[in-house]
Amino acid sequence: MWAILSILVENKPGILFKVTHLFRSRNFNIDSISVGVTENPEYSKMTITTYGDEKQVEQIVKQLDKMIDTVKVEHLDEHKTVYRELSLFKIKLSNASDSMEINKLANAYGGKVHDVKKESIMVELTATPDQIQAFEELAKPFGIIDVARTGVAALQRSGA
Amino acid sequence: MNKMESMTGAKALMTAMEKEGVKQVFGLPGGANLPMYDEFSRCDIRHILVRHEQSAAHMADGFGRVSRKPGVCFATSGPGATNILTGIATAQADSAPMVAVTGQVPVAMIGRDAFQESDIIGMANPVVKYAFQPRSAAEVPETVKKGFFIAESGRPGPVLIDIPKDVQTNEAEMVFHDEFKIKGYHPWTDPDIVNVERAIDMLLHSEKPIILAGGGTIISSAFAELQAIAEALMLPVVTTFKGKGAFPENHPLSLGPIGMHGHAEANKMMAEADCVLAIGTRFSDRSVGTFEAFEKRLKIIHMDVDPAEIGKNQTTQVAVVGDVRASLRIMVKLLLQKQIKKTEDNTWIKHVKETKSYWKENLKLHPGEMGAAKLLRKLRELLPKESIVTTEVGQHQMWASLFYDVIQPGTFFSSTGLGTMGWGFPAAIGAKVARPDVPVVDIAGDGSFSMTENSLATAVLEDIPVIVFLLNNSSLGMVAQWQRTFYDRRMNGVEQNHCPDYVKLAESYGAQGIRAQSMDELDKAIKTALSSDVATVIDIPIDPEEDVLPFVAPGTSLSDMILPS
Ligand SMILES: Cc1ncc(C[n+]2csc(CCOP(=O)(O)OP(=O)(O)O)c2C)c(N)n1
Repeated sequence: MWAILSILVENKPGILFKVTHLFRSRNFNIDSISVGVTENPEYSKMTITTYGDEKQVEQIVKQLDKMIDTVKVEHLDEHKTVYRELSLFKIKLSNASDSMEINKLANAYGGKVHDVKKESIMVELTATPDQIQAFEELAKPFGIIDVARTGVAALQRSGA
Repeated sequence: MNKMESMTGAKALMTAMEKEGVKQVFGLPGGANLPMYDEFSRCDIRHILVRHEQSAAHMADGFGRVSRKPGVCFATSGPGATNILTGIATAQADSAPMVAVTGQVPVAMIGRDAFQESDIIGMANPVVKYAFQPRSAAEVPETVKKGFFIAESGRPGPVLIDIPKDVQTNEAEMVFHDEFKIKGYHPWTDPDIVNVERAIDMLLHSEKPIILAGGGTIISSAFAELQAIAEALMLPVVTTFKGKGAFPENHPLSLGPIGMHGHAEANKMMAEADCVLAIGTRFSDRSVGTFEAFEKRLKIIHMDVDPAEIGKNQTTQVAVVGDVRASLRIMVKLLLQKQIKKTEDNTWIKHVKETKSYWKENLKLHPGEMGAAKLLRKLRELLPKESIVTTEVGQHQMWASLFYDVIQPGTFFSSTGLGTMGWGFPAAIGAKVARPDVPVVDIAGDGSFSMTENSLATAVLEDIPVIVFLLNNSSLGMVAQWQRTFYDRRMNGVEQNHCPDYVKLAESYGAQGIRAQSMDELDKAIKTALSSDVATVIDIPIDPEEDVLPFVAPGTSLSDMILPS
């Protein structure tokens, strides 16, 4: 099971280390992670995605909850949550038509094109990890030079 | 009223500790904690000097386990701080309340590889309940307050307070608040009565119910409640090794510890049970063997103060989260209200009692005069029941588990989680500081005692008379047993070759050393030690080939016990 965890922590130095260390020491996995300060500068919010069976995810949540620096830990329901990841792809341009086709592809996924050069093009895509994965598959034949991904940010929908 | 007062961080530390009721600390000074040490001349806290910081932590640990108030240890920065890490990790593994205070290089030097700088916060984080590093003097009072609260509340554990040198020397207007908030810390949950009712129901509807009491039972002193429930529902009681003595071991319903070196009768009954009321235990692999085999056969009711323990190692049917004493009290009350009481007249209890008496009579023991069982039974016979016993780690520890019956609950302590050799002796010193009115005995092996024997200096100079009951097989016996059993007798790195002479060693520290080579000599030695007011080492040479049996080999289940042939 893929799980999205939303973790409200005190905005103090060293906490990211403690949270990630907890995953390592307890033999859990981090699939992606993103951190940012919240509207209240005393707190930061981490979004961590992970894989595990139900029991494991429950245990991860409990261990995170037990940490003194974590204020709130939630296992978000994917279906009641808006979650997005930002990705940047640098893609090779070999043929004259490549640029147009990549533009079309980017459009289809709601992406933006930057830094168009003779031999490469950059696409910015904000989407779910699945969609980013799908885009990557389609971009592969052109030749992917480099990729950077941010990790998921997630918020539960209102009333959910 | 919280009066503001200007003072240094070091003075604030002492003042705050006095407010927490700290009467003594165990430690060793150095450059980075000198400002704190200077304050000992201006306060009523006693400083007990150790010869190695690891022992300071173990002493604080022993004090904390016995008094259930955090024991305090002091170390300087760098090597002092790294030396106490083993002691901190030991306390963490056994949920013992402790506050460790280390010196650190001045704030401006942190991160520059200064002399005796070590990132002790980074190193200790995985093995503490919480670590603080106040960056200004004014933070000290609140840090101490929070530190003690975290160390002793909920599931207890060690807290580290690392104080940079300039934070110790700087002056600030100090406020000593009684109240504070830690947003993300919720040490208490009220037990859910509905779940306690379900637990009772499950116990009543199973054919072979059993109680498994763990260390949490001892930490929360739930002794009377445990006994009331066992007697009302006629439940046999096994313990984990850490829970040894949560229930009087001379009680007819007591079967003793289960696990790798548990009692045969305890492992047998645990393996036959169909429902277990597990109290304050994390189901360690040493206690239950393979997790899968255990949960497959059993309905598990789990009571624990730490919600993260529920389902960590075992899948449970009923979970009651909360202080286990509070949970058991609810259970006792419900049993009384509903007038639930079972009689002894049931097949399971009869079977349990038969099994117990069979193994009490038929377990093969070492034939020699100085076999482990006889030695430990002699110790039991001569020690008043309120005596406190600690152990080191090895065969002697497991023989203590098997043959030394704890009669007054909560008087037996061991390093069970981390299994730290060298823990028992300094922990005994800490225990004796907490309870100077009762005899305190460390059941030791020569290998373990060697690791912290220099604490004899502390015991003598600080007038803390403890007894070391040294089962001396001139070897690292437990490892030797594994080499005999699993490595075809290829003995590597286990022989200690009768070095040193522990009687002379004790004497050279100004302690009393007695060698006991016969039962008569042992009898006299124990009596002499009990009536002496100086630390005593009783050196008891034993057969290096004696094994601890029964034995549940690692990775197997409790029903696969190896028995003495
Ligand atoms: C610090 C530490 N190092 C190594 C071990 C591994 N170990 C476990 S038992 C044991 C032998 C203990 O020897 P001793 O204290 O003489 O007790 P005995 O088994 O002989 O009774 C060893 C080396 C340990 N538990 N702790």
